[in-house]
Amino acid sequence: MELNAITIGFVVFTIFTLGGGFGVVTTRNLFQGTIWLMVSLFGVAGYFILLSAPFLAAVQILVYIGAIAILITFAVMLTRSVTRIKERYIRIVPSFIGSLLLFLILLFGVTVPIFGSHLPESAPQYVASTRDLGMALVDENGYVVPFLLASVLLTAAMIGAIFIARDEKAKGG
Amino acid sequence: MDELCTGLCQILVESGADAGLAQFLSLLVGVLLVSGIPLVTVIVLIWVERKVAARIQDRIGPNRVGPVGLLQTIADMIKLLSKEDITPTAADRVLYNAAPLVSFASVVLIWAVIPFTPFHFGVDLEIGALFFVAIASFGTLAIMVAGWASNNKYALLGAFRVVSLLVSYEVPLVFALLVPVLLAGSMSLLDIVHAQTGMWFVVLSPLAFVIFYVSSQAETGRAPFDLIEAESELVAGFNIEYSGMKFGMFFAAEFLHVFTNGILMALLFFGGWMGPLYYESPLIAFAWLGAKGGLIYFTTLWLRNTVPRLRIDQIMAFNWKFLVPLSIANLIFISLALKVMQELGASPRNLAEAGFVELLPTTVVLLVINGAMTIYLLGLLRKRGQEARRESMAARVPLAQAAAD
Repeated sequence: MELNAITIGFVVFTIFTLGGGFGVVTTRNLFQGTIWLMVSLFGVAGYFILLSAPFLAAVQILVYIGAIAILITFAVMLTRSVTRIKERYIRIVPSFIGSLLLFLILLFGVTVPIFGSHLPESAPQYVASTRDLGMALVDENGYVVPFLLASVLLTAAMIGAIFIARDEKAKGG
Repeated sequence: MDELCTGLCQILVESGADAGLAQFLSLLVGVLLVSGIPLVTVIVLIWVERKVAARIQDRIGPNRVGPVGLLQTIADMIKLLSKEDITPTAADRVLYNAAPLVSFASVVLIWAVIPFTPFHFGVDLEIGALFFVAIASFGTLAIMVAGWASNNKYALLGAFRVVSLLVSYEVPLVFALLVPVLLAGSMSLLDIVHAQTGMWFVVLSPLAFVIFYVSSQAETGRAPFDLIEAESELVAGFNIEYSGMKFGMFFAAEFLHVFTNGILMALLFFGGWMGPLYYESPLIAFAWLGAKGGLIYFTTLWLRNTVPRLRIDQIMAFNWKFLVPLSIANLIFISLALKVMQELGASPRNLAEAGFVELLPTTVVLLVINGAMTIYLLGLLRKRGQEARRESMAARVPLAQAAAD
């Protein structure tokens, strides 16, 4: 492997991602676990930069660290005993089966496209601009249907959340 | 590789330096400058802020150390640095010490994408505007971590209030930010400034500017949204346990953030470095940007020292029931009007190449839309105010009767 800026970046961000993930599952403190999760998500944002997708990197930080992880910290602080968790999750067989399945899925997902008939273009050579991404989202031949479906789903989820959170008194009127 | 090597790098190569070394050195100088300018600015900013606040409150302000108190901040800094570095025993040591750093870094990082002149900027990111929003979310995170890691109930309560405020006001901020992005057709701050050659965006959409101004005032925790420092209610809020330079970093981050927002607003809405003779020399361009940013910065100080603090429920209601719907409506109307104008051929597709005259129809239409929305909003606000007054009057009558009996 050639030692250049991209390789160094890859190693650093891998340490962030895996180290953060390791921190999440080992810490006994829920709040620290959330912070580790953010470290891990930050590492993933770094991968997006290495893959010449700065837009996705910024969205990763904005949505996952800025919104979701902050929400998780709120939720964590509303739970009892944030710091001293005694219970351990010790069901080894289901955990083993679950992680094995996930590993196999990821293994196939990553390796099958590489061993296919065509080699995919390596990412740093193919630089897609944010404009391309935007056009693809609204293009008929692109992703307009998934995009609209996702929008409908999110709107439905939002309406549902508002309905659940509403005052009981206000529901009648 | 060659296009990266301009300016200082080119000079170094011509004088016989190694190309790689020259590039590294010029990048290093650039990074040091971009991160150094805000650090030096903040020293002056603290003096400006205290002096302005003092004048508004009919005081003199710092006037002992140095001429007109200019060196006061340096003296304060030495005091903060020489103070004992306290970490509470029950605090989460690592997070407690990391929070001030993240807080300050989140502000300094914004300066990486700020173009000072047409030719001098840290980096021209394709996603500049989005970068600013993403980096700002680290500031929120830092406050949350500081509040929790201090292990103090006042700190935690303060952090909760502040984070809910910051997360809420991020929504209208982003929607208002989308308007310049939409008009310029690019998220790069450099492109956004270039697109304002013909007309400043503040003229095209004054409402977006007002929304951005109000929400950035809230994002920096300034009055009337100064829940961050509600001294009378929360002792000091999330930073109650911090002392010495760690407190100083939160303090400096806040002051710098206000000025950074001033500069950002100048770039997004007031044409950045555009002004008479800006093309003559980068120094003139830089001076224009500084003057515009400084003026906006001054108005935020003025506002801060004039208005009282709102209650948290008022702040939340104002955001979710007023600013958010308004910012969404503003964005929808502007994008619709712009598209219709472009299809009719009345509006140029690329604002960067359009002159003042070509932009006149667009300006008039967008201004009329903004004006109509403002008139409607003022009517709505007046109706709401009257209703609230009637309700409070109705509640007061039985009380007065009871008192009379």
